[in-house]
Amino acid sequence: MIAASPLEYVVFVAATIMMLGGGIGVVSFRNPVHSALSLVLTLFGVAVHFVAQEAHFLAAVQVIVYAGAIVVLFLFVIMLLGVDKSVDLSIEPIAVQRPLAAVMSIGLVGLVTAAVLKAGDAIGTVNQGTGIDVAFVETDGTGQLTTASAASTDSNIEQLAVNLYTDHLLAFELTSVLLIVAVAGTVLLTRKWPKADAA
Amino acid sequence: MIAAIEPTWYLIVAAILFAIGAFGLLVRRNPLQMFMCIELMLNAANLTFVALATSLGDINGQTAVFFVLVVAAAEVVVGLGILVSVLRRRPGATADDLATLKG
Repeated sequence: MIAASPLEYVVFVAATIMMLGGGIGVVSFRNPVHSALSLVLTLFGVAVHFVAQEAHFLAAVQVIVYAGAIVVLFLFVIMLLGVDKSVDLSIEPIAVQRPLAAVMSIGLVGLVTAAVLKAGDAIGTVNQGTGIDVAFVETDGTGQLTTASAASTDSNIEQLAVNLYTDHLLAFELTSVLLIVAVAGTVLLTRKWPKADAA
Repeated sequence: MIAAIEPTWYLIVAAILFAIGAFGLLVRRNPLQMFMCIELMLNAANLTFVALATSLGDINGQTAVFFVLVVAAAEVVVGLGILVSVLRRRPGATADDLATLKG
């Protein structure tokens, strides 16, 4: 078993607390605005976990796309529709739903934990520094940065780009179609059509 | 000597986050907060992808996260568009009120 520095534990525990605390906040806050801000906390926690696992590009994209765009879109819709009113959580139309949902959630965690623990070593170990983002940075005498191998300091982005634009090129092109369809569909859905008799 | 942080821990943490999101999706009535709970579940899946990509040394896991991000963005755009046009007609509607499509 490899020794880990205490700092890694601090990062892991802090990011986990951010993530799970934010998640509980999203579920339990009565006001949708508070839920959206709590969602930001969760997304930042996940981004910290990404950095800790050397997925630097995805961490940046996580912050920019999720925290920067999606949560702002949520807040925009909340403010636009004026639904930023607290709701009374004690009103529950289907009485049995909450206990059943709690049982389902706890059972889900239990099952996944059991499966993960049973898999054990089959899922590998985190090899810090020897993972997929290998960066051998050395300095020569003049203070110039040199890379000791083919992998450079931004090898994570390089590997992701090569993988995306070779193995998954068709899927990448299809995502552009998906985004165009989504944008066009949203414009059509939310447009106020003129009355038929006015035409 | 303390043990290294194992990918197992990331998987368990992601499972807890997914369960929180699933619980919220079942329990909450505000459609916006139900959407946020879906985002929680997507993020839990993303964390699982990255944890396994790192532990197995396979970059394909990170590419999958990239596609999940794109699909999540498209899903939120369409979902909020539907929500805007629904709530414009029926202000303050909750998920229970939107039962007019029922046969």
